[in-house]
Parts: sequence; structure tokens; C-alpha cells
Amino acid sequence: MKRRWYGAAAAVLALAFGGGLTAQTQEETQRGIEAYRQALQQGNPAELFEAQGEELWKKPMGPRNGTLEQCDLGVGPGKVAGAYARLPRYFADTDKVQDLESRLLTCMERYWGIDVQPVIDAAYTAPAKREIIALTTYVSGESKDVVVDVRPTHPKERAAFELGKRMFFFQGGSHDFSCATCHSEDGKRIRLQDLPNITERKGSALGWGSWPAYRVSAGQMWTMQWRIQDCFRQMRFPEPIYTSEATIALSVYMAATASGETMRTPGIKR
Amino acid sequence: MTSPMRIRANVRDGVVDVRVLMAHEMETGQRVENGRPVPAWFINEVVATHNGKTVMTAQWGPAVSKNPYLQFRFRGGAAGEKIAIKWTDNRGESRTDEATIA
Ligand code: HEC
Repeated sequence: MKRRWYGAAAAVLALAFGGGLTAQTQEETQRGIEAYRQALQQGNPAELFEAQGEELWKKPMGPRNGTLEQCDLGVGPGKVAGAYARLPRYFADTDKVQDLESRLLTCMERYWGIDVQPVIDAAYTAPAKREIIALTTYVSGESKDVVVDVRPTHPKERAAFELGKRMFFFQGGSHDFSCATCHSEDGKRIRLQDLPNITERKGSALGWGSWPAYRVSAGQMWTMQWRIQDCFRQMRFPEPIYTSEATIALSVYMAATASGETMRTPGIKR
Repeated sequence: MTSPMRIRANVRDGVVDVRVLMAHEMETGQRVENGRPVPAWFINEVVATHNGKTVMTAQWGPAVSKNPYLQFRFRGGAAGEKIAIKWTDNRGESRTDEATIA
């Protein structure tokens, strides 16, 4: 076990340091990356998804022909402003800790009257996921510049936090990875991507606070569920089910760790 | 079906700075999906009009990214006036949206 871990870690480090680069070229690379990131900030196509999401929030849909304007995201029915910065949280009506995406599923079921299982089962790139991705982007934008405030107090929130933390450090799979393998040290990156240190406040906010994000390279809008699913893939773990307990627990861990920092949603990434 | 553009226009010292986000797939025609080539489908012309006068024309090709972002400046606009952006794609479909200069 131990030996295999070192093998995998060496592979990651080789990628992170690009092997044998001088300090100067590394600095130049870093400056280039910064310039590229700044250019991206100018026009974030996430705005197009926010506009779609806002329209969907107000539009009567599904067999019930209802709207999500009654949906309680935790700060009162129909209230969107600041809601995302306080998620995930415990909801008495479902007796569950829910993140934004699982809560939206609850509301789509309740007010639109649709069967949400096909939404859960669909690939992220499938048409069945389009609405929830747009809605998530819209709601996240209404928490831009809002301070993250996720402090587990309810017993189920505390249990989710503990589970998420365990999940984060749980090492396994064919490459013996854990989330912590890639996300528990400062100043690491893989190619153009900084790997934030999610185990501390600032680092966690860099990750948690910038998703959903528009991925320029793919021209896709990724939610946090999608981000987590892709990191499971990078860890060579089995693909988690959309809005499963493990993914929400990880979000509770990240959001609680990021509490006190500011949301910069929706984000934009390479 | 087309989606609305997001247009922002701000004037400073008589120069209007226009920023536009367009929702478009911008298929290059080079991609293959499930063994079949995906046909090219991209915006090939963008025209900006202010007070009935064309202030900018752009000819685009398949190398422009999906959901493109465009920024340009022109002289002579004032706050409260309208700027209209129209794109046309290689299928002949087009869309026009307007914004008020702030
Ligand atoms: C093999 C290394 C690796 C492992 C293990 C890994 N990740 Fe990641 N993670 C990445 C990379 C690389 C990125 C940036 C991806 C990109 O943009 O292409 C990333 C990005 C992220 C981000 C967004 C960071 C930001 O700055 O926007 C979060 C949040 C995240 N990972 C969470 C997790 C969680 C939770 C786990 C465990 C389930 C995990 N990661 C496991 C490599 C890893």
C-alpha cells in the first residue's frame, strides 16, 4: 500500500513541477497564466446560463405547470439572494442535508411535478441536465460577493461534515489516491490549473467559492457536482451518483472550511 | 432557437466601450461525434448599429470559440442612446439584440 502511494505521488509531483524548470521560467509561466486568466474574466459566458436559469426559475413548467418561485432554498420561499452562500444545509421538510442541486431537484419535483430520476441518471452533457445546470448558475450568481456562511449545527449537518472530511482523506482505488493527495498543500498545480489547498479556509474558498464555473476549453458550464464527479474520475474512483450523500458531504466539508470567505460565483476556468 | 445576447455599453469621453456575449455553438465542422462529422455551424458576420449607422462589422470563421465574447469601441455615442448587435450564421439564421448606452 505504502509503496504504491509513493509511486502515484511521484507521478503527480512530476506533473506539478514540470520537471527541471528553472525558477525564472516557472515565474514567467505563472505570469502568463495570470494574464490568460485575467483575459478570461472579461466576458464570462456563465452569464448566458444565468439568464437562462433566471427565465426557468420564473417559468411555469412540467405537468403541474408550477414555477420555482415558491422554492425554499433555505432563506425563505422564493428567496434567491444569498441562498447559495448558506448551502448545503439541513432541510426539515426532506429531513436531509441538501446542496443547491439536490434542493433544486426537490423543488422541480414538487412544483413542476416532474420525475427527477432521469435528471439524476443523465450524463452531464445530456439535454436532461440543461435546466438544472442553468438554474444552479443563476442561483449561484445571486450569491456573488456574499460571505460563505455554512456552520454545521444540526446533528445531520455535523454528521455530513464529518463524513465529508473522512471522504476527503479516504485513500483508495487503483492509484491509492484521496482528495487530499492533490488538494492539501499550498502552491501546487497540474499544467495550467492551480490545485487549491482545500483543507484550509482560503484554499477551500478558491475551490468552493468559484463553482459553478464556465469551462472555456470545453465551452461547458460545470456545477460543483460535476466538478466533484470529475475529481472522482481523476482519482480513478467509481463515478458517484448525482447528488448522492457522499458528494453532498464533501460539499459540506468544503463550504464549512471556506466559511468567512467570499463567493465569486459563477466562475470561469480554462 | 437562439438565445439572447448579453450586451453592455458604457461611454467615457465620447468613446463607447461595447462588450457582447453571444450564445452560439460555433461548430468548426472538424469534429466527429459517434463516427459522423458534425456539420460546420458558426457565426460568420456581426454588425453593430448605432442611430441607424453601422459602427462595426466583423467577419468571423470557425476558429472563433463557442459562446463568443466580443469587445469593441466607437466614437460618437452618448448615454441613453441604443446600440444594436446583429449576428448571422452560416445557416442563415440571425439574431438582433439591443442595449442602452450607460
Ligand atoms: C489526481 C489529482 C486530484 C485528485 C485526487 C482530486 N482532484 Fe480535485 N482537482 C484536480 C485538478 C487537476 C483540478 C483542476 C481541474 C481542471 O481545471 O481541469 C481540480 C479541481 C478541483 C476543485 C476546483 C478547484 C478550483 O480552484 O476551482 C475542487 C473543489 C476539487 N478539485 C475538489 C476535489 C475533491 C472533493 C476531490 C476528492 C473527491 C478531489 N478534488 C480529488 C485534481 C485532483
